[in-house]
Amino acid sequence: MGDTFPRGRTAIAGLATFGVGEMPGYTSMELTAQAALLAIADAGLTLPDVDALFICQPDDFFAGLSFAQYLGLQPRYTDNNRTGGSSFMSHMAVAAMMLDAGYIDCALIAYGSNQRSNGGKLATKITSDQWDAPYAPIFPLTSYALAAARHMHEYGTTRADLAAVALAARAWANTNPEAFAKGPLSLEDCLSARMISTPVSVRDCCLVTDGAAAIVMTRIDRARDLARTAVPLLGAAAATWWNSIVQAPDVTVTAAKESGARAMAMAGVSTSDIDTAQLYDAFTINTILFLEDLGFCPKGEGGRFVSSGAIAPGGSLPVNTNGGGLSCCHPGMYGLFAIIEAACQIRGDAANQLPDVNIALAHGNGGTLSSQATVVLGSMATL
Amino acid sequence: MTSPEAHWREALAQGRLLLQRAPDGSVVFPPRLAAPGTGDALEWFEASGAGSVYSLSWIQRKPPAPAYHVALIDLDEGSRLLSRVEGVTPETLAIGMRVEAFVDQGGDVPLLLFRAVPEI
Repeated sequence: MGDTFPRGRTAIAGLATFGVGEMPGYTSMELTAQAALLAIADAGLTLPDVDALFICQPDDFFAGLSFAQYLGLQPRYTDNNRTGGSSFMSHMAVAAMMLDAGYIDCALIAYGSNQRSNGGKLATKITSDQWDAPYAPIFPLTSYALAAARHMHEYGTTRADLAAVALAARAWANTNPEAFAKGPLSLEDCLSARMISTPVSVRDCCLVTDGAAAIVMTRIDRARDLARTAVPLLGAAAATWWNSIVQAPDVTVTAAKESGARAMAMAGVSTSDIDTAQLYDAFTINTILFLEDLGFCPKGEGGRFVSSGAIAPGGSLPVNTNGGGLSCCHPGMYGLFAIIEAACQIRGDAANQLPDVNIALAHGNGGTLSSQATVVLGSMATL
Repeated sequence: MTSPEAHWREALAQGRLLLQRAPDGSVVFPPRLAAPGTGDALEWFEASGAGSVYSLSWIQRKPPAPAYHVALIDLDEGSRLLSRVEGVTPETLAIGMRVEAFVDQGGDVPLLLFRAVPEI
């Protein structure tokens, strides 16, 4: 049985980010709630309109319950799905089907973290499993390093190719006022950067920032009459093939291959229809793997694809047009920020607005290349 | 009935590396109650310990602490695990290197490690 999905019958009606960069003194829930209230206002709705909550927080396993309490809502449905940074794409899939079924009327999907101001390190309670932990890999970084090392061995990918991902992200960030890491960055800077877990250097790693994000989803008939341009959800799929990277049959192939193909099939689009892709770049190797697994270039060619300039400003496939997790923001889990950048590109109010964006893809990654989830957003013209 | 994980750890303490085999011939690690994907019964067997390096990463530390590494090892009988190869340097450890397992009994708990097999 294939996927059935309510293509274009639900939409992002409002969105917001808050506190991207540094917000000392705020708790994660405060940042999240502020983004939520801004997203609700952006849609032209009010807090009592929200009847379903979807959230995954870095520091609160009961975040859905805490969020309902903080906002003072008694939701008809509360979802705390926790598949890492891809959670928010999964939240959208569930929200779309619940909205379309009439089970809920207005979904609020939110995330926020104060990890930069509150310690300055990735805030997670997740660790290596008991089979891997005795050998002391850095969690989660070394998992990505093992994938990158194998990709380099098998396909001739180079550290300069990895650097091309970081350089493209910085080029986009330099013209995005919200981006946290701006300024010149050279290939030499990347190649001489401090090594952490070979072949991953500090320049191959995403930022550690504060920040919050939220979106509001309704059925399309309501969204089209609200304050902002509605951004219909055309397809959404999540795939899980393993948890520990050690269990991957091939560490250079992720479940993005499945989630991307399914989401694009639901949307009725192929890679050539996609005007911009927002790919969860926790590490530079992610962008390369996802470009391959989503079908934007053949397996093994991702390094050469990014080194050609294809994903940078002026390239054939604008990727991570806000600067991504590498140079815009990465408050622990980036998925919702990828969704928001894709939606802004469709609405026409992105900082680095591209011309004529009708189809935008946002891809989320969770764990150690483990959980993969893809959403395809369209303009009203695609319905 | 012993838990599969406990059974595996008891064998390791005796210096033996156990794996499990499913009816379709596929080899399973880490130990499970049933074959992944099918739920079929599994059979234990003792692995030869021979394998090769599938991927690796050297983890840097603040000097003077030396870098250490982790390696993904493909066992010849099937299955992959994370471990490290003793007695190697960044210059000598490489993907594809042949290795053999041994059990380090020197720590708090027995630890599965590998050493390089000299090229013949």
